[in-house]
Amino acid sequence: MNRKQKKQWIKLILSLFLCLLSFFIKFETKKINNGLLILAYGIVGIDIVLKAIRNLFKGKMLDENFLMTIATLGAFGIGEFPEAVAVMLFYQIGELFQSYAVDKSRKSISDLMEIRPDYANVYRKGKILKVDPDEVKIDEIIFVKPGEKIPLDGRVIEGESMLDTKALTGEAVPRKVTVEDEVLSGCINNTSSLKIKVTKEFGESTVKKILDLVENASSRKSVAENFISKFARIYTPVVVIIALLLMLLPNLILKDAQFSDWFYRALSFLVVSCPCALVISIPLAFFLGIGAASKMGVLIKGSNYLEALAKTEIIACDKTGTLTEGVFKVQKIESSGYSKKEVLKMAALAESFSNHPISHSLKQAYGKKMNKKEVTKTQEIAGQGVLAIVEGQTVLVGNEKLMNKYKINFEKSEEEGTLVYVAKNNEWIGTLVISDKIKDDAYKAIQRFKKNRVKKIVMLTGDREKASAYVAKTLNLDEYHTELLPQEKCEWIEKLITEKTENKKVIFVGDGINDAPVLALADIGISMGGLGSDAAIEASDIVIMTDEPSKIASSIQISKKTMRIVKQNSFFAIAIKIGVLLLSALGLTSMWASVFADVGVSILAILNALRLLDVKKIS
Amino acid sequence: MKKYQFKIINLDCANCANKLERILEKIELIENVSISFITQKLTFECQESDKEKALETIRKKIKKEEPDLKIEEV
Repeated sequence: MNRKQKKQWIKLILSLFLCLLSFFIKFETKKINNGLLILAYGIVGIDIVLKAIRNLFKGKMLDENFLMTIATLGAFGIGEFPEAVAVMLFYQIGELFQSYAVDKSRKSISDLMEIRPDYANVYRKGKILKVDPDEVKIDEIIFVKPGEKIPLDGRVIEGESMLDTKALTGEAVPRKVTVEDEVLSGCINNTSSLKIKVTKEFGESTVKKILDLVENASSRKSVAENFISKFARIYTPVVVIIALLLMLLPNLILKDAQFSDWFYRALSFLVVSCPCALVISIPLAFFLGIGAASKMGVLIKGSNYLEALAKTEIIACDKTGTLTEGVFKVQKIESSGYSKKEVLKMAALAESFSNHPISHSLKQAYGKKMNKKEVTKTQEIAGQGVLAIVEGQTVLVGNEKLMNKYKINFEKSEEEGTLVYVAKNNEWIGTLVISDKIKDDAYKAIQRFKKNRVKKIVMLTGDREKASAYVAKTLNLDEYHTELLPQEKCEWIEKLITEKTENKKVIFVGDGINDAPVLALADIGISMGGLGSDAAIEASDIVIMTDEPSKIASSIQISKKTMRIVKQNSFFAIAIKIGVLLLSALGLTSMWASVFADVGVSILAILNALRLLDVKKIS
Repeated sequence: MKKYQFKIINLDCANCANKLERILEKIELIENVSISFITQKLTFECQESDKEKALETIRKKIKKEEPDLKIEEV
């Protein structure tokens, strides 16, 4: 509770006490009762009345304070003393609760932004100084103790530690860093002290970029927000004009019209004349939606994209690095008589002098240090493989063609991926299957896309037919197109855009580095694994900080939840306001209902929007 | 064009924030004005040389419109 709120409470309680006094005790004359009510009104309402007078001199007749003052003073005028006080009292109570709700939303937003580092420990003239991260220059050395946030992007020059990247990626998987490793601002240093040489100024750092992105995301407004601000602009004048007509017309037209009755109805209108519920809760919902996504490691660049995401109908994605890990690995070893270890060892040694990606994956799979002296001769046979003398024996490592060339009897493998046959002394000893592994997360992602009513999932890849077909089949994709050049991917996106239902959206997911034009062309361009990559952040509308495609499904869910809340709030607020307006025009309700339709609805709408913070239910 | 950001203090009415934003949009020196009720921030772009002049105009308009509001450097 801040001081302003405390003061307000005291006023409210005092005023309420005076009201009760006036209700329950019959004083000698009615004047004392009324006097108490006027005093009660004065205590809670004076601020508003003063503001109203001030605004009146500025010619601001449509100001909320002014309208509230007119409504309550008017009620006094027609002798409705208790009503006048009650309206002001409840309006103020409502405003107070609203300020709590707003504080809570602001607090949750600043929690989302807590990745901002407050200070940096920098070495200057042999001393460690605590300074604002903004003041640290490139190439200065900073010192980060365990438990502290890394304030700026840089390179480790001393120390070894585990970093918690949760604030950036939404995941609590610790990452090990050591000398020469790049570190990103916003991570928390977990285990031991690090000395870091700064490579970027704070303004350019990862953490600043993320914060800017989230903060400025609300300036790219959604259709819903634009609608609300248009609505708000006409709502107040319309309600005030109707109130005026309501006060004047019946008295001119109807013979038995009672002025005070219609005047009261008109005053009730004025109480409902602020569109606040909508004006607060709709932008808040988008803001919280974007905040909730960023908490999971998904950066959404604008409310408009969050809104569009709910309408996803077609998802097109790149293969390598998006659905697959983008790293070639030995997936399987088939052997005849020899141990799998032996086959792998022979292959790795024979390929040990090669720089081919295949030989890298062989070396990695073998894992142990190799004694290269065992390899006495190697000869590369272009497009086929390698011939090497290993431990004095002739070893052939390569594809079918190589085996055929040396007339070796081998068992043809039916596995998908790149097949590497290994022969020793002209005898086939085994086959290695090397392929790019499909991400475990990709299976989950595709299932969740379908659950979220994505109609079609298409893979667009530059890779060869066979490897792509395998991925498409395993993941149960609806379509796949292979051996595409970047501009052909663009053509496919254009085609998909013509295919989709009107109003629905086509998403493209890529790595953000080679796919910039495709990302720009799709309704929503999503780049993945963009942690720290400027190019990816620049080129796309949404950035997934981790390499999990299932985060896209989570984002779609957040988007749908946001839109549900936006619709509920708009409908609820507009319906209640119109309902109360109608009822008060007909004289069927009192000013009390109007107060609820004004502040009560705002509070409920804000509380409804705050539900977006509960991200646990989503993933 | 450079982007500037200020904190707005005592901003407690969302509709007023919208109205104020529309008023500030009319100032010629500045562009892309936005007032965020939620983050309590005023953002605008202008030429670096115009900053002080723009700020003065903004302060004047705010004082006229919502005298309780104050703007502060972030």
